[in-house]
Amino acid sequence: MDFALSEEQQYLQQTVMDLLADSCSLDVVRADASENQTKNSDLFASLAQLGIQGTLISEDYGGVGLRLIDAALIAEALGSCVATVPFIGNSVIAPLAIDLAGSDEQKNNWLPRLASGEITCGIALGEHVGARDNDPITREKDTISGVAMFALEVQDADIFLVATNEGELHIVESQNVHVNPLFSIDKTRSIGELTLEGTPSDHLAHCTDPSDVLARVVDAGRVAIAADTLGASQTMLNKAVEYAGERQQFNRVIGSFQAVKHMCAEMAAELEPCRSLVWYAAHAYDTIAQEARLTACHAKAHLAEVGRFVARKATEVHGGMGFTDLLGLHYWFKRVELNRQLLGTPEFVRNIAAEVQGWT
Amino acid sequence: MDLEYSTEYQTFRDELREFLREHKHLSPGAIVRRPTEREQPQDGPNPAQRWQQLLIEHGYAARTIPKEYGGYGAEPDPLKNHIIAEEFAKARVRPGHSGDNRLVPTVLELGTEDQKQWLVPPSIRGEMSWCQGYSEPGSGSDLASLTTRAEVDGDDFVINGQKIWTSGAQYADMMFCLVRTEPDAPKHQGISYLVFSMDRPGIEVRPLVTMTGEATFNEVFFTDVRVPKNQIIGKRGEGWFVANTTLKHEREGLGDPNQAENRFREIVELMETEKVDGKPIMSNATHRDRLLQLQGRMLAMKYNGMRVLTSQRKHEEPGLPRWIIKLQGCELNHQMAAMAIDSLGELGTLYHRSDHMRAGGMWQQRFMMDLGLIIGGGTAQIQKNMIGERALGLPKEPKIEEKSA
Repeated sequence: MDFALSEEQQYLQQTVMDLLADSCSLDVVRADASENQTKNSDLFASLAQLGIQGTLISEDYGGVGLRLIDAALIAEALGSCVATVPFIGNSVIAPLAIDLAGSDEQKNNWLPRLASGEITCGIALGEHVGARDNDPITREKDTISGVAMFALEVQDADIFLVATNEGELHIVESQNVHVNPLFSIDKTRSIGELTLEGTPSDHLAHCTDPSDVLARVVDAGRVAIAADTLGASQTMLNKAVEYAGERQQFNRVIGSFQAVKHMCAEMAAELEPCRSLVWYAAHAYDTIAQEARLTACHAKAHLAEVGRFVARKATEVHGGMGFTDLLGLHYWFKRVELNRQLLGTPEFVRNIAAEVQGWT
Repeated sequence: MDLEYSTEYQTFRDELREFLREHKHLSPGAIVRRPTEREQPQDGPNPAQRWQQLLIEHGYAARTIPKEYGGYGAEPDPLKNHIIAEEFAKARVRPGHSGDNRLVPTVLELGTEDQKQWLVPPSIRGEMSWCQGYSEPGSGSDLASLTTRAEVDGDDFVINGQKIWTSGAQYADMMFCLVRTEPDAPKHQGISYLVFSMDRPGIEVRPLVTMTGEATFNEVFFTDVRVPKNQIIGKRGEGWFVANTTLKHEREGLGDPNQAENRFREIVELMETEKVDGKPIMSNATHRDRLLQLQGRMLAMKYNGMRVLTSQRKHEEPGLPRWIIKLQGCELNHQMAAMAIDSLGELGTLYHRSDHMRAGGMWQQRFMMDLGLIIGGGTAQIQKNMIGERALGLPKEPKIEEKSA
């Protein structure tokens, strides 16, 4: 029984953290945000050199063949620096979907290019998770049509992974898709609306139950989002503790006042168990199939709740400065808020957790 | 990351399960207030003592206490302790005890050989029960300001003063007690740690009825109580240090994730069986969402516990994951009791052998007891100070002025 990260895993996460410390400072995030840039090409290329985009892609297809727990550690690092690069769709959901439902030919076609960072893939799974009142995505022979709301990581995507109303998974090329960018509060990731009209698609049909594949890759995506929120929240807590230990009022650092100290303690007390929940959910996805969906839903929902709590309290610890653009805390606040809504709100995913346990 | 148990631990667990199946019927009731209940004097060991003896013989109680003091004498192994706690909780069987989880480790760590022989064996057999004389009316969170005095007279200490919140004092055979022996020393350095029989003349125990309706606590008054000088653990004036050894042992017991998981299962059962307007409560989406929120918290604490356990096995200091257990665990238990009560509606308010009462009024009892536990053993606010100062490194509140006690 060993519920801890291995040395290799700690090293992996530290390597990504070190890279981000150098290439993804707040100034970089600000500059990207001012240009609505959510795929920083320098950062994306540096990550590709480490093989990050190929984390979940097997070595047979040019990846490094790691597991979701490793991808979650990377997502946590990216969240901690509000990194302006695609990851959750491009490097978690898309490769897993292609791996689980693609033919050898399809894997050969897409996975090596995703692994190397040569192409990026946006995801449009809205038909499966919280379909809105839009034209449903339908398939007719080798084409798909309809409107996909809230596609993720759409900017500069070369291809998209799209779910149809029948639960099928397809890959389409972006040149055949109309992408209407939607501007959310979070300027570090891009979302958008895809319009498909008889768009030729590469149907990932090499599986017995496509809707099961879809559900599984969404589990993985939820864990990765939870990990991103964990990282973002931890940074906010760290910044709050640091600020509380420096800022002086009434001739004392404000962290010596219990009103402020207790806010920090509450954040830490809420957030620390979340780390174990994310680890466990990722580990369950990798090795404990019967607990995977339940723990993925709980990780997604609980991190959304704790993330919002920490984002709010950490902002308050900074007083008026926390509310300004000057400190840039709001980038983390907004990242956590978008994460909360992606792939299912807490209420939505808790309801799935109830279904899984036969409680509905 | 590997959550499998190696053969050694799997075998240990299998043997324990087999033991529980075979001997469960000898367990003296699943729900017991404390292992320190003082039973009526009688011939030979009572059922609780016989159960304890059986557990010690098999290594499921007093496991790491050396054989020469009546224990099982095993090497410390946090994973085996965890398996024992988990399996007893799952089987809902009364677990064993280690005499007193505050006093016994302290005596073993800091007592003299004579003291160990005198105190440890009867304690772990359940023949010598304990109460803790720490808090005073004027010294709660600021425990070191305590004023109960012990003055030397011949071969004795003579104690005068008052303790409060003394759990089980009406049943206990013995008290371990903090008293001020050096009134002129700074407050942390003037305290000594004494142990003595509750039968000594001059001790008066007055039950303190709590909001649960039961007198789980007491006030204890000392008037010229004589205690031989050799009944001190550690040296004169070092009682604060000795007591902190004890407090460390106490805190670890509060907020146990096994308890939360058991309680959660009970609530699920309740919501699936109890009906309102002909439908199980579980079918109400609002109640259910609340249940799921608690499940998320419960799982996070369970896995946090696994992380702490892993650190302990590697002899690493778990840090923050351990600091938060008392605060979060007690709050979670309280929230779960609240959820159960709200599921029951008016039925959830019934208490004191009322008709239609569910589970013997257990949820109301727990709801109130848990609030007691949030306050006791270091209040939630003191816990937050410790998390803020020791785990996050925030500065202490500036002292106004050090008042000598």
